[in-house]
Amino acid sequence: MSKPKTFGFDTLTLHAGQQPDAATGARATPIYQTASYVFKSTDHAASIFNTERTGHVYSRITNPTNAVLEERIAALEGGVGAIATASGQAACHLAIATLMGANSHIVASHSLYGGTHNLLQYTLPRFGIDTTFVDPRDPDAFRDAIRDNTRLIFGETLGNPSLEVLDIPTISDIAHAHGLPLMVDSTFTTPYLCQPFQLGADIIFHSATKFLSGHGIVIGGLLVDGGLFDWESSTRFPVLTEPYSGFHNMRFTEEFGPAAFITRARKEGARDFGACMSPTTAFHILQGMETLPLRMEKHVANTRKIVSFLNDHEAVEWVSYPDLPNHPDHALAARLLPRGCGAVFSFGVRGGRSAGQRFIDKTELLSHLANIGDAKSLVIHPASTTHHRMDDAALEAAGISEGLIRLSIGLEDSDDLIEDLNRGLRAAAKG
Amino acid sequence: MRLTVNGQSAFVYTGNSEHIHNQSAVVFIHGAGLDHTVWVLPSRYFSRHGFNVITPDLPGHGRSSGDGLNKIETMADWIIALLDASGVEQASIVGHSMGSLVALATAGRYPDRCRSLCLLGSSIPMSVTDELMNSARNDEHAAIDMLTYWGYSTRAQLGGNENPGLWMVGGTLRLWERAGPGVIHSGLQACHTYEAGMDHARAVRCRTQLILGERDIMAPVRYGRELAAKIEGSQTTIVKGSAHSLMTERPDEVLDALITIV
Repeated sequence: MSKPKTFGFDTLTLHAGQQPDAATGARATPIYQTASYVFKSTDHAASIFNTERTGHVYSRITNPTNAVLEERIAALEGGVGAIATASGQAACHLAIATLMGANSHIVASHSLYGGTHNLLQYTLPRFGIDTTFVDPRDPDAFRDAIRDNTRLIFGETLGNPSLEVLDIPTISDIAHAHGLPLMVDSTFTTPYLCQPFQLGADIIFHSATKFLSGHGIVIGGLLVDGGLFDWESSTRFPVLTEPYSGFHNMRFTEEFGPAAFITRARKEGARDFGACMSPTTAFHILQGMETLPLRMEKHVANTRKIVSFLNDHEAVEWVSYPDLPNHPDHALAARLLPRGCGAVFSFGVRGGRSAGQRFIDKTELLSHLANIGDAKSLVIHPASTTHHRMDDAALEAAGISEGLIRLSIGLEDSDDLIEDLNRGLRAAAKG
Repeated sequence: MRLTVNGQSAFVYTGNSEHIHNQSAVVFIHGAGLDHTVWVLPSRYFSRHGFNVITPDLPGHGRSSGDGLNKIETMADWIIALLDASGVEQASIVGHSMGSLVALATAGRYPDRCRSLCLLGSSIPMSVTDELMNSARNDEHAAIDMLTYWGYSTRAQLGGNENPGLWMVGGTLRLWERAGPGVIHSGLQACHTYEAGMDHARAVRCRTQLILGERDIMAPVRYGRELAAKIEGSQTTIVKGSAHSLMTERPDEVLDALITIV
């Protein structure tokens, strides 16, 4: 026997998690649009409920179409398993609610998607979970913020919208030294650009609405378990190491080893919180994922051209993109993101807020909306939209100035995008 | 639960149930470098169906103390010591891969202690390539890669897990990555140097079933059949399409086959 040949990333984006349908031979993943599943007998039903046999009970907890998507993202990330959720927000909440309860604490980067910031800053404290926000470029700040009741370290692979590159190896070392897992939101980068588990992260979540899908037609999230964190040595996670009365005193680490976290998240969180994904949504996301490598390559290529154009434009005050040598995280990006820094970036138009508004109002090809990662190019003004609930201090801490404009570069001809941007910049400069 | 076996602490998974006096016992033995978690589904099934389940982590594996044993016969002796420590006179013995050799040696050398025998992914010989053995000796990740990918059929390497949402290859890699230094090597060495297999097969006196993966390249079916031919009255079930990692690739088919023999 020679050394094993393993399947490459592009092959896994097309095939991982799916076998031709056993019942029909269908090559595409069928949409199993059903709420529940018929048992063969009372003992068969009891066996599935008691985790003796495999199978599906109810689509809030598992569904065959969703299972393909879950395996596919787990394969692409190099994890042990995943759960498809109703949204990226639901994936983030599922992870947090699985790991901790009241009187717990999170240390998070202050440069986060506005929705995540809302969850951590305003909503979770009502449930006794507090967050300390720190500068993602300051690993010592993560260390200094850890308390006895801290249960999670959290950041985004690329901060939203300022594109701080999270130093995953350094911050995961700090987390692990304190018996804590590192969770990252990898929405901006996808597994094509960044493999957080290989860098030291323990849990990944995605808004699958974005680049993973690429088409902007569904809302969905994915929570992925790397199976790497040693929950038992930590002693901070009785939810995984001690008997769970909600499932016949199941000890998740004892019974599921590396898959303890994702199994608890499914057996408790998917069951009780119920933020599940529709199988039709899973199908749509799978269609998008099949072209992930091709799309990400062009997303990055187009973005580099646009960044270069804007960087040389006299109406542009600054451009923040880690590919640029003047970006504070340029060297880190070269190390952690060798395939590119994604397709979302921000820039400032000379003239501040009003110039920025004129720019957005004048562009025609760019769509003004609150999303990223679409195949179509998108533009937004974060201070007045996605991050509008943040006060001035939080905006400043997150690097969001009034004139900041965020672009998500799509797959159009780059010349057409440049022409549209030029149109907007001319309007911005007229004052 | 924890037992003291040969003076060392051994972890035994019971299928999440307390043992009940006078119930039949079944022992599940894992393969080299792995642990009890590969047997969770059948352990839970037989536990709910009136068995005292004894699913140990072998010495040096999982949560059990000690060093990995490097002889199949030594591991069989350890299983008998485990039965003694459990207060069990006779049990069904089930083993997978290296664990199947341990089960075979137990049944061949201690026939009175075995009520029935089930060998999964089993063959005599169970030889190990020089490349794998050398990588394991040096605790190189390449050994884990070889064991993991050779253990799955090509199709299974692309997924389609019957257990929803879990990536089989990823889970297996992580499980082997947890093995302590030298543990995988000692287990592989035990498999490679096990010479008494056919003698032990001829000495088996209990009902026996072999469950073999059609596409198993680590314990090929034809060697499994040769082994079965030496065990009087044994039955063989071939799991179509599956490779060596039978309990992960085809958990329900395996359970159905186990129900017929345990």
